[in-house]
Amino acid sequence: MIKVEGLTKRYARTVAVDNISFEIEKGQIVGFLGPNGAGKTTTMRVLTCFLPPSAGTASVAGYDVLENPMEVKKRIGYLPETPPLYPEMDVAGYLDFAGRLKGISSADIAKRADEVMEKCALGDVRYKLISKLSKGYRQRVGLAQAIIHNPDVLILDEPTSGLDPKQIIEIRELLKHLAGEHTIILSTHILSEVEHSCERVIIISQGKLVATDSVSNLTNRLRGSESVAVEIEALNGHPTSAEVQQRLEQVSGVSRVVGKDPKDGRMSFEVESLQGRHIRSDLARSVVNAGWSLSELRPVGLSLEEIFLQLTAAEAKAGHKPEAKADKPMDQKKDEQPEAPKQ
Amino acid sequence: MKNVLLICNKEVKSYFVSPIAYLLMAFFGLIFGVGFYTATRQLMQYSFQMQMQGGGPSMNVNEQIIRPLLGFASTIALFLVPMITMRLFAEEKKTGTIELLLTSPVRDLDIVIGKWAGAMTLYLCVLGMSVLDVALLFAWGKPDWKPVLVAYLGLILQGGVLLAVGAFISTLTKNQIIAGGVTFFVCLLLWLLSWFTEFNSSALSSVVNYLSIVTHFDNFAKGVLDSKDVVFYLSFIFFGLFLTSRSLESLRWRS
Repeated sequence: MIKVEGLTKRYARTVAVDNISFEIEKGQIVGFLGPNGAGKTTTMRVLTCFLPPSAGTASVAGYDVLENPMEVKKRIGYLPETPPLYPEMDVAGYLDFAGRLKGISSADIAKRADEVMEKCALGDVRYKLISKLSKGYRQRVGLAQAIIHNPDVLILDEPTSGLDPKQIIEIRELLKHLAGEHTIILSTHILSEVEHSCERVIIISQGKLVATDSVSNLTNRLRGSESVAVEIEALNGHPTSAEVQQRLEQVSGVSRVVGKDPKDGRMSFEVESLQGRHIRSDLARSVVNAGWSLSELRPVGLSLEEIFLQLTAAEAKAGHKPEAKADKPMDQKKDEQPEAPKQ
Repeated sequence: MKNVLLICNKEVKSYFVSPIAYLLMAFFGLIFGVGFYTATRQLMQYSFQMQMQGGGPSMNVNEQIIRPLLGFASTIALFLVPMITMRLFAEEKKTGTIELLLTSPVRDLDIVIGKWAGAMTLYLCVLGMSVLDVALLFAWGKPDWKPVLVAYLGLILQGGVLLAVGAFISTLTKNQIIAGGVTFFVCLLLWLLSWFTEFNSSALSSVVNYLSIVTHFDNFAKGVLDSKDVVFYLSFIFFGLFLTSRSLESLRWRS
């Protein structure tokens, strides 16, 4: 449904999106995840034909955003970060205008407007001026505007930002209802958001694609198997790395042991468990029984949050000029990890 | 075409739900009314004197009331136009509603023409306030109606030019005040071009003089309908709207 290849968007001094490629199937809900300033909005603006790409191509339903913007626009419903509302209009009038703008004929417009008002629970406020609406209602009017012409693709830029928890749940429910018939891209920097409503995640950081995977894969890594970092002190070259590795592999429930380069006389390994097995206590016992000194045993938590932070952290280290903004939460997270083991 | 009407309609509505439309109409109606009263009273006094002295040149309502009044109206329009156009695009850029327009399946040119037509509609309503006064002249006198129509046509065309210029300037900024201020300055400049070159007859000054809006309006005010002037105004409007749509398009890669 959506195909992005080598998409790059440069502004005067910065590269907002750097060579991103991904594909989205019809009917999927995809979470577009990244820290602030990662390039989420820019990518969405390219997909909605609001901005042209500097390089690369993007197409929606087979139509290129540069060559056939009209066809793309007809198939897209877009809710920008601030809902594009005219404060002087009432809700019904606004939806009437937005619907006509998107090419709904006069004969159908009233019916469509009623339908989306019902879907978005706007019946109570239909004759209220938009300037008098609360933030939550405005967001819903924005959403109603995006779905009024029944688009194939729905692009939502932080649809739940600034809403209270109850409203967030309502929006999530609404998205679930919409999921079947529409392909939905949802950008957010709130991770639980993605866990709740998306099937797939595209993670970007500093304009680069970091990971794209299904949420279930990512959460399997989190809930299904455990990953434990083990550190053992070696005294006078004893035990050897191979010995330790062998012993760790024999612990029941272990699926894989990856050795890392020893430093300062410490050997570290990353041990992964089989699905649904808890191996930390067994690992500790095994190491202690062998008479080795265990200096660290730490679950490498793989919540979506941590996967995200690891991925974006790796990006920041490898990439150019890491930003202070992106670094900060990572450091905090590292400190927290030992205290907050994820089961 | 449907989209042009849709956007025009939306613009007109948003002018008339805010006080701006009524303010402009009241403001113009008042000033024009004062001008009308002054001009009419002068004419009355003058013709009274003429009668007392006997003979004298015959009075002409067209020449002595309508022509100077409509010339006066075209000056007031200079002040009105920035107030009409400043919000056209600047406001949409500020509130982000421009994203709705530019991501809907509507051509940029449709948006531009729609908005200009909306501004034009308000301008016509404002100008309409003067018709009340002029109608009085027709009720109690027998002015020649053709030059009046020509003068109104001139006012409308000149307004169209200034509104197109204002619309263009409004696409350049997010700030309505800046859009209004710059528009006013540019309108003034277009207006004054003829003054700068009044006592100069080089080739350059005749070009500059030609570009002045006032030069072309003079003919309309006299009741002379010259195709040269009509073409000047129309091409200026097209040029302005073309620039506006290019500028709107450039928002996509400039932002």
